[in-house]
Amino acid sequence: MTHLPYIVAAYALGVLIPGTFAVAAFLRMRTAQRRLAAIDTRVKRPGSGPRRRAQ
Amino acid sequence: MDASSFVAPPPSERNPGRSLHRFANPGRFLRLSGAVLPWFAAGGAGLTALGLVWGLFFAPADWQQGDAVRIMYVHVPAAWLASAGYLGLALCSLLSLVWRHPLADLAAVEIGPVGAGFTALCLATGSIWGKPMWGAWWVWDARLTSVLVLFFLYLGHIALVRAFDDPVRGYRAGAILALIGAVNLPVIKFSVDWWNTLHQPATISFTGAPTMYVGMLWPLLFAALGYTLVFAAIVVARTRAAVMERRIRALLMARAHEVPA
Repeated sequence: MTHLPYIVAAYALGVLIPGTFAVAAFLRMRTAQRRLAAIDTRVKRPGSGPRRRAQ
Repeated sequence: MDASSFVAPPPSERNPGRSLHRFANPGRFLRLSGAVLPWFAAGGAGLTALGLVWGLFFAPADWQQGDAVRIMYVHVPAAWLASAGYLGLALCSLLSLVWRHPLADLAAVEIGPVGAGFTALCLATGSIWGKPMWGAWWVWDARLTSVLVLFFLYLGHIALVRAFDDPVRGYRAGAILALIGAVNLPVIKFSVDWWNTLHQPATISFTGAPTMYVGMLWPLLFAALGYTLVFAAIVVARTRAAVMERRIRALLMARAHEVPA
């Protein structure tokens, strides 16, 4: 395969940059879910989202 | 958007209408986004992996560029998403300025860093591709320069929305910058037609047949669709986190006000 170092570098960036954003977003979301579940009694479990308030 | 909107249900929840604002309800957004997020993430990861593996190992090499053409399967989707992400940022800014859509501000703030990341990926992979093909890491070509301007617009938006003590003022200023910066999008698109550039013209368009061998086109389309879903999943996850963080702050403030002095 010609130009192998350039190809490897491009593919590494193509995985690392979106991957880093994805992992960071997932961790931030999970942290927020846990904190919200701890203080909001309307939230039953992390990941389910807050329940609608009774009218 | 004031924090109280995350404590009391807005009118749209009490009387669901057909207006755009029915999607502004944070609870409804969390439910809808929670349902689509796993599909976006799994579909994006799967299609991106398929496109990249296909492009790296099974797609043919170019008769002129050799195997360096495989960089295209990362570079082109990143370039498309750099522009598409900014278009999304501009649309959210329009929703925010014209209709005061509460979630549009949060979405715009969360699109900015992701769009900047994909623009950086586009510039970096373009530079890596340019060195063996053009003999230079960078040239002040119209396409490259306009994408660099796009990257600075993203950075400016990221800085501006965080530069005010009052977040609403930051959102407004960022929205105006995003709308003005949208002028750069057609410049990026048509730069290869308007000027005599080193960058090659578009090989895929909505109006004409692609001028690319189909064995290269399919992995490119899979990679582009996969990266698009990954981009969407990241933005949705970040916006969900921002909504929940707002709600946490609102609840903590409400509790602090309940404590007798």
